[in-house]
Amino acid sequence: MASIVQFENVGLRYGTGPETLSDVSFQLGRGSFYFLTGASGAGKTSLLRLLYLAQRPSRGIIRLFGEDTVLLPRTRLPGFRRRIGVVFQDFRLVPHLSTWDNVALPLRVAGVPEEDVEQPVREMLAWVGLTDRANARPATLSGGEQQRVAIARAVIGRPEMLVADEPTGNVDPDMAERLLHLFDSLNKLGTTVVVATHDFQLLNRIPDAQMMRLDKGRLLDPTGALRYPPPRSRP
Amino acid sequence: MGAMTGVMAIMLFLTVLSAATGLGTAAAARLLDRDLAGRLTVQVVKGDPASRDAAATRITAALRASTDVVAVSTVPRAELARLLRPWLGDDAGDAALPVPALIDIQLRDPGDTAADRVAALVAGAVPDARVDRHQAWMSPVNGAMRTVVLLALGLVLLMAAATAAVVVLAARAGLQFHRATIDVMHMLGATDVQIARLFQRRIALDAAFGGVVGGAAALGVTAALQAQMAALGSELLGSTRLGTGDWVLLALLPLCFVALATFAARLAVLRALGRTL
Repeated sequence: MASIVQFENVGLRYGTGPETLSDVSFQLGRGSFYFLTGASGAGKTSLLRLLYLAQRPSRGIIRLFGEDTVLLPRTRLPGFRRRIGVVFQDFRLVPHLSTWDNVALPLRVAGVPEEDVEQPVREMLAWVGLTDRANARPATLSGGEQQRVAIARAVIGRPEMLVADEPTGNVDPDMAERLLHLFDSLNKLGTTVVVATHDFQLLNRIPDAQMMRLDKGRLLDPTGALRYPPPRSRP
Repeated sequence: MGAMTGVMAIMLFLTVLSAATGLGTAAAARLLDRDLAGRLTVQVVKGDPASRDAAATRITAALRASTDVVAVSTVPRAELARLLRPWLGDDAGDAALPVPALIDIQLRDPGDTAADRVAALVAGAVPDARVDRHQAWMSPVNGAMRTVVLLALGLVLLMAAATAAVVVLAARAGLQFHRATIDVMHMLGATDVQIARLFQRRIALDAAFGGVVGGAAALGVTAALQAQMAALGSELLGSTRLGTGDWVLLALLPLCFVALATFAARLAVLRALGRTL
């Protein structure tokens, strides 16, 4: 399987502090589904930030979509970022935009004509169950609703890779199931999905998913992504 | 009206007034130049009226024969009496009063060479006659006018620089305030230019609104001042009247400021974003 992401001996240090990530090496296969787990502070969010190009590593090589992104000029970053959908842990919705406009934002940023924006936004809002909240501002939405808007915004552009940081942390189990099903559907359409979570219940719901475990900034299997153990062998 | 709009309105008001002052003064200076260029006055100061008139006639005859001179006219005695009346009253018309004879000359070429030749001609005809060059006499006034024009131009440039600085500060403050949103936009793949365009649009709208308010107020004040000066009847103050081109230039100033503000905002935002990932 062709790899969409390749990390080689990547290290990340904020300022002069200790390394948050050390010697991280792995490859993500195109069209695969990965869970990234680890305790709080293990470096999951930092690893995801490297994946969605919010951060450059302190050392090592990162290849994304076949190109070395460490030395990529920043003028080329937008093109790469448009191929990645991101669900932030803190949602990061634009506060002065309505639900509709927040979801439509990636399409507008990508220059999609306005007449082609309406239908996908309507479908996406229906999918996450927020059709009746289309005109609401983020401040008036509940935590779960905000999270669904964030997910809708991340997937509306049919990204090649979806990166989600604790995407089901604020939704009820039923909505979590539906959102995971959406991720799975996208994955089946060819999107590589990386979900950071420490909800082990979640891991059981996508049996084909692979798992990467971080511990104190190091990937537990330095040779590559660990295969998630089959459900019957799980404790 | 927001703070930015208010600042822009004040800037434009002061800028248009400064520009109007500069343009009006420049118009007056041009008129003065045109009127005084190549004009001389000969004074014949003699106590005896017969000898004074004879000297004036000699000078006039000599000047009429000169190819440097376009027109020569002796200022009539009645006109001299009228000019002196505010100081001397009815005695100004007294024929025994030793009033100098004045001869106005218009030269063909306003340059110094022709003026020197004519002065030599006058000295040859009547050695103690005095030749006054209008341009030299009015040159301090003209110099002061040019200083005012330069000062007005300097003020306009300073206002433009201050406006650009205000816009840069506003853009930086806006960037700080919207930092989280900008980060999200970047992560969604927005380019720096796309983000800068949002700031440009906001600042252009504020500048346009402020420009219309400040510019219109300043144009109104200028029009009122022009009417007031015209009513004074003073030739010099009346010559500060603005022409159509001047009014068009003043009306274009708000547009120039909107363009300047937009450009400054774009530059400030692009430079700031260039320092981020």
